[in-house]
Amino acid sequence: MSEDIKVTDGLRESATFDRTTMNEIRRAADTGIYDIRGFGAKRKLPHFDDLLFLGASMSRYPLEGYREKCNTSVTLGTRYAKKPIVLDIPVTIAGMSFGALSANAKEALGRGASIMGTSTTTGDGGMTPEERGQSTKLVYQYLPSRYGMNPDDLRKADAIEVVLGQGAKPGGGGMLLGQKITDRVAKMRTLPMGVDQRSACRHPDWTGPDDLAIKIQELREITDWQVPIYIKVGATRTYYDVKLAVKAGADVIVVDGMQGGTAATQDVFIEHVGIPTLAAIPQAVQALQEMGMHRKVQLIVSGGIRNGADVAKCMALGADAVAIGTAALVALGCNHPKYDEEFKKIGSAAGFYDDYHEGKDPAGISTQDPELSKRLDPVVAGRKLANYLNVLTLEAQTLARACGKNDLRNLEPEDLVALTVESAAMARVPLAGTNWVPGQKF
Amino acid sequence: MKTINLERQTVRELNQALHDQAIECTEREWEVLDPKGQHNIACGLDQNISVDIKGHAGYYCAGMNKKAHITVHGNVGQGVAENMMSGMVRVKGDASQAAGATAHGGLLVIEGNAGARCGISMKGADIVVKGDIGHMSCFMGQAGALVVCGNAGDALGDSLYETHIYVKGTVKSLGADCIAKEMRDEHIDELTALLNRAGVDEDPSAFTRYGSARQLYNFKVDNASAY
Repeated sequence: MSEDIKVTDGLRESATFDRTTMNEIRRAADTGIYDIRGFGAKRKLPHFDDLLFLGASMSRYPLEGYREKCNTSVTLGTRYAKKPIVLDIPVTIAGMSFGALSANAKEALGRGASIMGTSTTTGDGGMTPEERGQSTKLVYQYLPSRYGMNPDDLRKADAIEVVLGQGAKPGGGGMLLGQKITDRVAKMRTLPMGVDQRSACRHPDWTGPDDLAIKIQELREITDWQVPIYIKVGATRTYYDVKLAVKAGADVIVVDGMQGGTAATQDVFIEHVGIPTLAAIPQAVQALQEMGMHRKVQLIVSGGIRNGADVAKCMALGADAVAIGTAALVALGCNHPKYDEEFKKIGSAAGFYDDYHEGKDPAGISTQDPELSKRLDPVVAGRKLANYLNVLTLEAQTLARACGKNDLRNLEPEDLVALTVESAAMARVPLAGTNWVPGQKF
Repeated sequence: MKTINLERQTVRELNQALHDQAIECTEREWEVLDPKGQHNIACGLDQNISVDIKGHAGYYCAGMNKKAHITVHGNVGQGVAENMMSGMVRVKGDASQAAGATAHGGLLVIEGNAGARCGISMKGADIVVKGDIGHMSCFMGQAGALVVCGNAGDALGDSLYETHIYVKGTVKSLGADCIAKEMRDEHIDELTALLNRAGVDEDPSAFTRYGSARQLYNFKVDNASAY
């Protein structure tokens, strides 16, 4: 219940039919269409806040915070690629398209990631010169729609990410509404201006993991086996998906939990499909370990990562790196309070804005409006992203040193405990103060 | 002419030799023997060369082709000439599903039949099929032209954008938002040119044109049953 109405007034809000629920029923009754929005799952989910680190004490030996090194670099794509991609920090920028985002936003992402020696990722719609120009390490997404896909850009990429799904909408395609299909976006995607651009939910020329293995071979042939090939899946049946991805020949697997963001999808999809990031990581790691491929096929995890603690917890659970999307946009200025009045004019508020598909973002990020886009200075925003990435890294290092680890990847599940039974069961670590891992024998 | 026998050399060696031609072209005419249905033959080419594949090829033959003229003297598996950018690919036999998928440019000629999803999401290439095509062909076709001298299967042109479709024979069913359209002079001219480029002797006036009704271009709740 919001603060403006007190329970002492004698009013009692229904937990089942709360005001958000009733608003949605009224909205559905008024419009006859489901709600489409951006962002990720907004419901409360078991998450990394439900885990704690066990710092060193008598039984463990910590590292000196400012004097002893704690490595943060990670090499991705060591399985088959002639040129694996080396990241200075284990935090990458997730795929977000030019179209969904403005060219300035894409440039800012590239600038920020490059300052920190990490990679950024294209999205649906292809590679822009701004993005390639500003990204020293660029991952090229290979998506079902193949909008803007061409072999020249494929060869310019430092890695290729075959996208099977994303955490916000595993099993679903996408739609970029007509108001964001400007002349440039339309040309890149070979579409008429102003039409709603539908993105298919599955690839047009392969079905199933056996076909995918051949498709990956094709991509390797075209790029002469130079660059790593990632497979990205939305977190659902993660254990099986990871096993099949390894079998299909992935160098790197990206698992995106349901808190992962999107530019536009049905709200019902975002909130009701997929599993939390926390639950997906142990499944992925188990699959890799059973195949003897943990650390040989690298694991990138995304979906709701906000701070260095989240980064460290992902890595303690077995990830090699993480990817951020929503947090990166917030670092650029998404949902910034300085635009609160303008957010209110479009029926939203700073901190709540999720109508990325409408293209009216006052912050100039999720828009193609040239006037709004100008508000984002890619140099300044890029610096902010770099600062944020730096903080994530410093925080993760601080926690790793406290656990006695001289490499972020040396963090392990043994360093973690859970605050709730649910998170203990999902993360497969003991409930704090006990030796009990739900579902496992003592 | 340079000959590579895939019984003695690998597909990797073949493709690397063909890719090297983009850096320094030392041979314009290539012949590939004993392909025996191997996958990914002659994919990713980027040079004005001709490649004759003497036998059957597997998946993604001539995938993402640029500039090259590739002829398969046999059948091909899934995704022949997928995402082709330019050049020409000719299949003397039949093609499996997703022939010319997402292709942006160039000409794909299939002298036999093509399976399901021929020209799916095509983005500017031209495809000419002398025989029949399977179901869901030209699904979400964006640009270019698909010419079918035989019959088309179910749901032709479902969710079509701006690809031009010409079918001489019967169409089992049309997909959502795909309709038969008037064959005006400019379409006869376009089809005549396509048939000539493909080396196919057919009467353009015997074809029916299909295209997008453009009713699903922008989401409307009244069209919900069509989505």
